[in-house]
Amino acid sequence: MIEVNRNGEVWVFAEQQDGQLSEVPLELLSRGRELADKLSVKLGAVLVGDNASPLVEELSAYGADKVYLVEDPLLGVFQTSSYTRVLCELIEKHKPQIVLYGATAVGRDLAPRVASAMKAGLTADCTDLQIDDFTESRSKVVHKNLLQQIRPAFGGNIIATIVNYDRWPQMATVREGVMPLPERNGTIRAEVVSESIKITPEDLPLEILSRHFEAKKVNLKASRVIVAGGAGVGSKENFKQVWKLANVLGGAPGASRAAVDLGFIESDYQVGQTGTTVRPALYIAVGISGAVQHSAGMSDSAKIVAINSDPDAPIFQVAHYGIVGDLNVVIPKLIKAIRAKS
Amino acid sequence: MPYNCVVLAKQVPDTAAVTGKAMNDDGTVNRSALPAIFNPEDLNALELALQIKQAHGGTVTIMTMGLPSACDVLREGLYRGADRAILITDRRAAASDTLATSYILNCAIKKLSDVDIILCGRQAIDGDTAQVGPQAAEKLGIPQITYVEELLSLCDRTITVKRNVGAGWEKVRATLPVLLTVMDTANEPRPCGVKRLLKYKKARSQSELAKEGATEAAVQSLKDKNLLIDQWDLDYLDADMQWCGRNGSPTKVNRIQSVVLSASGYKEIAPTDEGLRDMVHELIVDHTIG
Ligand SMILES: Cc1cc2nc3c(=O)[nH]c(=O)nc-3n(C[C@H](O)[C@H](O)[C@H](O)COP(=O)(O)OP(=O)(O)OC[C@H]3O[C@@H](n4cnc5c(N)ncnc54)[C@H](O)[C@@H]3O)c2cc1C
Ligand SMILES: Nc1ncnc2c1ncn2[C@@H]1O[C@H](COP(=O)(O)O)[C@@H](O)[C@H]1O
Repeated sequence: MIEVNRNGEVWVFAEQQDGQLSEVPLELLSRGRELADKLSVKLGAVLVGDNASPLVEELSAYGADKVYLVEDPLLGVFQTSSYTRVLCELIEKHKPQIVLYGATAVGRDLAPRVASAMKAGLTADCTDLQIDDFTESRSKVVHKNLLQQIRPAFGGNIIATIVNYDRWPQMATVREGVMPLPERNGTIRAEVVSESIKITPEDLPLEILSRHFEAKKVNLKASRVIVAGGAGVGSKENFKQVWKLANVLGGAPGASRAAVDLGFIESDYQVGQTGTTVRPALYIAVGISGAVQHSAGMSDSAKIVAINSDPDAPIFQVAHYGIVGDLNVVIPKLIKAIRAKS
Repeated sequence: MPYNCVVLAKQVPDTAAVTGKAMNDDGTVNRSALPAIFNPEDLNALELALQIKQAHGGTVTIMTMGLPSACDVLREGLYRGADRAILITDRRAAASDTLATSYILNCAIKKLSDVDIILCGRQAIDGDTAQVGPQAAEKLGIPQITYVEELLSLCDRTITVKRNVGAGWEKVRATLPVLLTVMDTANEPRPCGVKRLLKYKKARSQSELAKEGATEAAVQSLKDKNLLIDQWDLDYLDADMQWCGRNGSPTKVNRIQSVVLSASGYKEIAPTDEGLRDMVHELIVDHTIG
């Protein structure tokens, strides 16, 4: 546990694997930058691994003022206990006020263990972070400039804002893709703070026998156009219409969870709270009702077109263009109209 | 060799089956719109524990912290094959966040002797936090293996599992004791056994019996039949109040809002060749496509 410390830095855990940074820490650096500026403190990235130093440059380019670098051959492969020791020692020594992690398989495994060891609060799966004051309801005590940790709860039916004011650091995991990836800036030079932390055999209780990683089939976040199909598409066969429309527009197909559950398409294509969060230039939702859990992952798209036979479908509430009709009629006509124009 | 497993199970509102409004007008959660169920992935944790018992012998204890009504979950665990059920309930545990919950569960686990494997669900659907398992493991000072998809081997005091790591998998080995968090893809939970259901539907905790106005003799008879659900409070756990309930919870809810999709007003397009042509034209003109 560390005491409340107004001058503490804002930290981002720079998750990396085999010398590659994942995208979340870069997304976190952009929001971390805003939070740090608002608090007038430095933004630090915590980089842990074996030979991780080549990544320092990338972290600076995405906005880190400082990179805390901990290198050790024993830290080459992520293990909860060893990484927990590193994070806790760094936090106790440097007393950051905020520590952010990606809500990835690693982040969601590591952050709770660190929070427990530090006896600090942790909010999982945040979709937004802000700095604001908080007034305790009973005592009316005002806490200035706290991290407001905003996340869906109860299956996405409500949005909760969480704060922790008495036991620091304030920590949160943040879902991938909910914060836009910033532009790379080549001119910034972060200060490197190298720390050596002794890793003992007790810190490595697991034996990692083998690992296997697969690249995702699709990078929905990078697509300018997404044509997403839902349960209304009716069959895997008919889902070809969705692929076709996506192809004509040079975009990628996406899906609701119902479409994935029905086996129309693989889960890598799922958009929403438990899928990918996207914000393309154009999102066409075909046969998707627009449940809150789906909208949570696409409502920030620049233009949304909804095609649905039910005029009362909630998807129309987030749409810019609404087409009430049978998708089997509308898609071919739409393809024809696009081909005629280009 | 036999293993003693403890399954941590939570009673949760069924967030996938929200009937009516999720929120009351005063901004509190409308629990009556949400039927209470056995947290789905905790059933997978229980199933894995039962499979371990079947293959190697030992015991399965199911434990929950919650209101006395959470005994429904414990009974369901007994119907499915658990040997023992423990309810942790105490007013002073109310408003516990994941840190305080894991502290209390850790105190309770320490009251049991010879625990080899603790099994949790990956996450509870009320908050989807996936924090209580890792935090309990930290407090117990034992390793955690999260996102378990398959038990590969269990021999002597060594366990090998396959875990999901998002973009792939990992096979890891650990020495017991260990805490596992189990994914829904790990197994298909067995249904309740009919014989067990008939037997254990009479199982009750002290507070349920008190509410039903049961006599001393009735309580004793349940006890003799091994149908009394253990009920522990924070005093019994020797828990330090500093780490329990509201005091022990660093995270506080500042605000809760219902999710309302803000109708921005959309342009209605006729599903005709002409209507679609006009829309495509607009999208090209504003450089959305083209
Ligand atoms: C904790 C939790 C997390 C979740 N996460 C996600 C998530 O990440 N992503 C997600 O998508 N969902 C998620 N869901 C599920 C979500 O609640 C909905 O069940 C799901 O999005 C519904 O998918 P759908 O719109 O395709 O299906 P439905 O709701 O069945 O809608 C089908 C739509 O198709 C229309 N339709 C039918 N036939 C036609 C036709 N011929 N032409 C035109 N329209 C037609 C219907 O009018 C209807 O509106 C989650 C749920 C929970 C509880
Ligand atoms: N009150 C509780 N009683 C028993 N087990 C719990 C409780 N809360 C959480 N757990 C366990 O911890 C897991 C993760 O919960 P959560 O961190 O709330 O997502 C659940 O799947 C349960 O196995």
